[in-house]
Amino acid sequence: MQEEIDLSGKLKRNGGGRAAKTPGKTMRAGPLERRLGMWGWGFTALGTFLILMFVFYPMVQALILSFQTGRGANLRFAGTANYARIFTDDILWKALGNTFIYLIIQVPVMILLALVISTLLNDRKLRFRGLFRVAIFLPCVTSLVSYSLIMKSIFSNDGLFNQILMGLHLIDSPILWTTDAFWARALIILSITWRWTGYNMIFYLSGLQNIDPSIYEAADIDGANAWHKFWHITVPMLRPIILFTTITSTIGTLQLFDEVMNITQGGPANATITISQYIYNLCFKYSPNFGYAAAVAFIVVLIILALSFLQLRIGGDRRDA
Amino acid sequence: MRNAKTVTLRVLKYILLLILSLISVFPFLWMIICATNTAVDVNRGKLTFGTHLIENLTALFSPDLNFPRALLNSAVVAVITTVLALLISSMAGYGFEVFRSRGRDRVFNFLLISMMIPFCALMIPLYRMFSALNRAGLTAIGLDTYVSVIVPVIATAFLIFFFRQNTKSFPRDILEAARIDGLNELSIFFRMYMPVMKSTYAAGAIITFMNSWNSYLWPLVALQSENMRTVPLVLSAMGSSYTPDYGMIMAGIIIATLPTALIFFVMQKQFVAGMLGSVK
Repeated sequence: MQEEIDLSGKLKRNGGGRAAKTPGKTMRAGPLERRLGMWGWGFTALGTFLILMFVFYPMVQALILSFQTGRGANLRFAGTANYARIFTDDILWKALGNTFIYLIIQVPVMILLALVISTLLNDRKLRFRGLFRVAIFLPCVTSLVSYSLIMKSIFSNDGLFNQILMGLHLIDSPILWTTDAFWARALIILSITWRWTGYNMIFYLSGLQNIDPSIYEAADIDGANAWHKFWHITVPMLRPIILFTTITSTIGTLQLFDEVMNITQGGPANATITISQYIYNLCFKYSPNFGYAAAVAFIVVLIILALSFLQLRIGGDRRDA
Repeated sequence: MRNAKTVTLRVLKYILLLILSLISVFPFLWMIICATNTAVDVNRGKLTFGTHLIENLTALFSPDLNFPRALLNSAVVAVITTVLALLISSMAGYGFEVFRSRGRDRVFNFLLISMMIPFCALMIPLYRMFSALNRAGLTAIGLDTYVSVIVPVIATAFLIFFFRQNTKSFPRDILEAARIDGLNELSIFFRMYMPVMKSTYAAGAIITFMNSWNSYLWPLVALQSENMRTVPLVLSAMGSSYTPDYGMIMAGIIIATLPTALIFFVMQKQFVAGMLGSVK
């Protein structure tokens, strides 16, 4: 009933005379409203159905699966055994640890870098502005597999980057970018930052356009320097967009797969493996254990929900506090 | 003194932006250089153009690699996905906005939750759903078909949200006038809404095409036979061999990047609008 009242209210505002004839007091929709209501469901039905079918239904399936055990298709219920196994699974903890290292280092560095670049580019007097913007945005046109392979070739042991560093006498022997645990992680972080900084920059640039330049002019008159303007005007004004990009980057990092799969294959000795990759390995590389993989996947869902909630609390509107 | 300081700052600003731009563009230059060199030269970090381009292309298009087939697979999947995704998501986004009701608003908000669900959690049940179809004899819509990579990604809450947000700017007068003229709702959508929202469709098409053209994890899971593999899968397989032939791989990467790079340079505005999605 609620929706019909709502709809007729709406129609009265928009449709004028035709809809006004329907008696609102009876709380019953007239034929026009009912017809439009049917159209509304008609237009939205297929999209809604597909999302229910290919996101929410599998989600429920994954939950059921996470309480089952067995190889391949022969499954039986095992209670919480899968979840208990999580606590003693060293590779999973390694994957979780790696993912958090990427998250804690890469996301803040990238967001700060993107903020600084967009602040620099938001200067109307800056020459070659468009050129700089296109150049820094360009990594976004590559596919994740493609850029991973490009990075892998630049950072191979005898590859270009080591050659340059050795040519400049910055290092004596090549850095083992893909075979040393520390440097392999560093390479993954560097690569992701290269690919996504320009993407985030675009969001901030569009946000900066909505900031009234007179705010900066007023700050100039008050003698504020660039540093003050950045922290006291730009960052607070862009707060909702920073929050949005932080959440999307967090979700993206927790799902990291293509890069590690193609740059390091998760190695050396699982030093760069991510949760998504571990789930993939559990299903398709080792002898398939769908039940346990589903339990691990559910942990990712919980982490994403928890982190998004946390970020909304920290970064959300402070007026409530 | 103050003047000298601002000049120095300005110069520093340009130098910083120049360095960042070079870092961003350099891998593209490297990719092109590598495509003209032998694998050995790539591994040695050779930074000059070579003469091996034709050999690399010949290797890439050698019959045993079946790269043209991968290009075809990627194109078919990306085009069909884009067309269906745009049609279904724009109808849904339009429907949620134009025929607003409390019930449909609730459904819409519920659909938005799907954006938070990581694909790795859906991958296993989806794989089992499609393999169940294979076991039931429905191999035409089971794993290892175009259907299996297209259907699960047609409708996304992101695209529906994107269209709904943009529908807010669709003039209601047009809608009312068309209704008074006796056009039915479907004709209004196809004959009035679609032409007016061209740039929204362009932006949505770009982002959907790109996602599909570049997608890796789900095709990796769903497509198993050599014949069905898409470009990212083939490139990834080439890159994971013990001695990757980088000259050939880079030639492949150039071809794989060409469509998205072209779209970007020709339709920059819509490209960015698609990426920004519904934030604005």
